[in-house]
Amino acid sequence: MNGSRRQVLGLGACLAAAAALAPGLRLIELAQARSPEEAASKLQRWGLLIDTAKCGECDDCVTACHEENGVKGHGRPATDSQWIRKVNLKDKRTGFAQTLPVMCQHCEEAPCIDVCPTGASMRRADGIVLVDKHICIGCRYCVMACPFGARQFVHEKTTGQKADVPRGQGTVEACTLCVHRVDRGEQPACVSACQRDGGKAMTFGDLKDPDSAIARRLKSERSTALRADLALDPGVRYQGLS
Amino acid sequence: MRAARAAALVLALAAFAAAVAAGADALAGRVAEPVVKIDRPGSCVEPTAVMRRDHMKLLLQQRDRTLRLGIRDTRHSLKNCVDCHADASTGSVLGKDGFCESCHRYASVSIDCFECHSPERQARVAERK
Repeated sequence: MNGSRRQVLGLGACLAAAAALAPGLRLIELAQARSPEEAASKLQRWGLLIDTAKCGECDDCVTACHEENGVKGHGRPATDSQWIRKVNLKDKRTGFAQTLPVMCQHCEEAPCIDVCPTGASMRRADGIVLVDKHICIGCRYCVMACPFGARQFVHEKTTGQKADVPRGQGTVEACTLCVHRVDRGEQPACVSACQRDGGKAMTFGDLKDPDSAIARRLKSERSTALRADLALDPGVRYQGLS
Repeated sequence: MRAARAAALVLALAAFAAAVAAGADALAGRVAEPVVKIDRPGSCVEPTAVMRRDHMKLLLQQRDRTLRLGIRDTRHSLKNCVDCHADASTGSVLGKDGFCESCHRYASVSIDCFECHSPERQARVAERK
């Protein structure tokens, strides 16, 4: 009798200890700015909203991106890396012209990850799609699978890389949504440049935070995904595309 | 008679050992010893014995934690290594007397990190702008 009572008490103590010792266990999870020791969380999903009506002739986003990430060309447009490019659209019948930046769309259902034979193409918990260049074999399946032409192959030897942005010959690379800046709590370089010098056409934020500027605008204004027919659920969305 | 034979054997062995030692000395002279220059004295992130044996394992774990999970503590990061160990004159861990390259060259181990990663100290890169 005494023994079984002791067992019950012991079990209760174990359960109490388990509840107290699980630090990640909360009833309501809150998205907060991370400390460097903290892993990226699926409670956030980083995204961009690009308003094509405000996007003008400048290419400040492209310049800022390539400066931030140390992407340098060799004067060979066919093979030089483009992490972000300005795309010009023109309705041939009416002559209506639009211009918009296109980069990795950070898809939820990313085709580049589906086709990667080594697992180098990957999606972080917070939705940022990256290439693990440590295990990339340079097969370029992802380059072909991406419907946005976002993935780039590094054809030539690289020098003068930025410490936060390793780049190497024989691997594939793409927009990282400036993951090194995002992890510091900053916004991507293209967005900063657009806000500072451009037409303020780009908004960056957490799509899962209902109070973020981007989530509020997406809720109240019409927007679309590029190639919405593919149902890739990209993190980058556009406004004013016709 | 037996004592004389034993003495001859001992002498022959001693001569052989001397020859081997001389050969090793000659070999050591041919290969340049690694340069371990510490410009910023103080303790490394782990004890020296651990770093000598396991630095590659620490870097391997750190790279996956950083890239895949987004954990960016600097203790075992390559950037932290470079910032501390880069040569004062060249600002780099590569080069003839570079902290990484001189040792890897001596051990004849290829070092692939800097095919992609910057071997230069950050302050140095910022100065050049």
